[in-house]
Amino acid sequence: MQSWFFTEDAYPYLPEADTYESIRVNLPNKYYDPDKGADLYHMYLDLWCAADDLGLEVMVNEHHQTATCVVPAAPIMLGILARQTRRARLLILGNPIANRSQPLRVAEEMAMIDVISRGRLECGFVRSVPYEAAPANVLPFRGAERLWEAHDMIVKAWTTHDGPVNFEGRWFHARQINIWPRPYQQPHPPIWITVGSGRSTVPVAQHQYTGAVFLAGYPRIREIYDGYRTAYRTAHGQEASLDRLAYAALVYVGDNTEQARAGAEKVLWYMTSNKVPQHWSNPPGYHPPAVAAQIMKGARGGAGLPLTARLDEQMARGNVFAGTPDQVFAQIKSFWEYAGGFGHLLMMGQAGFLTYADTLASMRLFTQEVQPRLQELTASYDSERLQTLRACQPDKEFADLGAFGVEFVR
Amino acid sequence: MQAGVQTIAVQGIDLQVVRQGTGPPLLLLHGGNGLQGHGPFLTRLAERFDVIAPTHPGFAGTTIPEHFDTLADLVYLYLDLLDVLDLRQVILMGLAMGGWVAAEVAVRNTSRLAQLILIDAVGIKPGDRDTRDIADIFGLPAPDVAKLLFHDPSQTPNLASMTDEQVAVLAADRIAHAMYTWDPYMHNPKLRYRLHRIDVPTLLIWGESDGVVPVAYAEAYRQMIPGATLAVIPRAGHLPQVEQPDVVLQHVLAFVAR
Repeated sequence: MQSWFFTEDAYPYLPEADTYESIRVNLPNKYYDPDKGADLYHMYLDLWCAADDLGLEVMVNEHHQTATCVVPAAPIMLGILARQTRRARLLILGNPIANRSQPLRVAEEMAMIDVISRGRLECGFVRSVPYEAAPANVLPFRGAERLWEAHDMIVKAWTTHDGPVNFEGRWFHARQINIWPRPYQQPHPPIWITVGSGRSTVPVAQHQYTGAVFLAGYPRIREIYDGYRTAYRTAHGQEASLDRLAYAALVYVGDNTEQARAGAEKVLWYMTSNKVPQHWSNPPGYHPPAVAAQIMKGARGGAGLPLTARLDEQMARGNVFAGTPDQVFAQIKSFWEYAGGFGHLLMMGQAGFLTYADTLASMRLFTQEVQPRLQELTASYDSERLQTLRACQPDKEFADLGAFGVEFVR
Repeated sequence: MQAGVQTIAVQGIDLQVVRQGTGPPLLLLHGGNGLQGHGPFLTRLAERFDVIAPTHPGFAGTTIPEHFDTLADLVYLYLDLLDVLDLRQVILMGLAMGGWVAAEVAVRNTSRLAQLILIDAVGIKPGDRDTRDIADIFGLPAPDVAKLLFHDPSQTPNLASMTDEQVAVLAADRIAHAMYTWDPYMHNPKLRYRLHRIDVPTLLIWGESDGVVPVAYAEAYRQMIPGATLAVIPRAGHLPQVEQPDVVLQHVLAFVAR
């Protein structure tokens, strides 16, 4: 199991939530104090460097026009970390290439990071969440198709080395593609794609890319991983290896249960702060009409309902792993077995007001006490044994938590 | 004359068309809200005209053709429809987004047209780059959009009283509406330089309370179309044909009788 440290780089110093309509898209940036912001950037970069020292891998992402993630340009963060870290793999999850007007720019940025880090880049591509439509001014309709066309262009730019080539697709055009630098890793850096439904895994599995799932939890993980494994088997005639699947959850490890719960409650800020109205969470063309209709009718709360989901509920769903090292290992093992196994744990280890010291304490405990056992767990991976286990464990039933999960459908 | 819904093959697309009434042909191009609530207006129109009202692909449960992604796809679809039906001396009437389509049809070819009627049409951008000429209906809460659309917002369809399937059709309408109008938003920067080509009598009908494209926008539009006239309808918003169908019809009849 490779374990990745991740923080969204939030700006949490906000007025009371009832004084604003949304934390995303239209929250005025007068609430952003650049002095505090500078301190935060340095704290987050220090955390990623500490993760590198501890032996964890590094993950960054980006969002736009939001206090929940003040990294609108993840390649800038990763460019700094390419220079400042020594050993960690560097995952960007990811580049929102369906929303980018020119994917070649992404190909260039990623090649630079790969070369500066001497081949440590893991390059993720995402369709992105619904609230990105307005900041990008891009209609989400056919976003998956746009993503794959941009991907094709980027891979072509990365892998052709004999002078300019042509790409004139439906959305993206360039007639003289010849990027400098070319990537360090050959033929190109490993590619990750976020997936949120069984169907969306098919092209990812066909390309043998790592499929990453965010917060699907017990309610939806089997459907998604099953989709990937089946598509992989169909396309390649063999089982997908564990490292083709990743799972992202909130994680906090403490010396005792109370301390761990207190830390986890702070990480839960990521969910509880996500106040977003329907017109940002349900842009036309992001969700299929039947899902969009449920949001329009108010049957699903857009991003509203999870605000009421407490820590115990989120832990029961497999969205949060929190407790002592023993408890956290047991929680992850249970989820891992239920899911049929995965090779990457993407840990949101910091959010909201969780301090540098408290984050580091949790990461250190994780690295010393949990990670070795996860290594043993994945080393013991036996797909037949997991199938047998699964046959004894029926699908868990959960109440619908609204559109929050759906927003990670890509 | 034929009554009811029919399917007409145009460009290999099965176009759904409502055709009803007797009289001069009137091609009605609906707006982003579809023909929801337009029953009374259509009935009155059909008493005087041969009404031909196609459903834009993607609306009312129809499929968006794979190659469609811009309003121009509708423009050429309806230029072809005029040919396929061999319509002559047509009154072309466009509502809101359909008004934009109608204007784009007219600047390309008026040979089959008798008159042009634009009702609360979008399609131009009269202001500068810092001015939001057309309300961003995709970036506002639903109740705020209702206030922009209607003089009397209680006219707004009540989603709670609809079935899931009916709301899913509205959600699909919204996708199609956005696909045809997203960027540049609700306008074609080139249209203003082409409107001078319109050589048929043109009437603009506008709801006085339209909050999406206010009357000042209508006046700018009128000045760009040679000889066009503007009728402003009191106690009506962006859909005067829904809120004041009789008054709108009076203006239509007076205009075509000219």
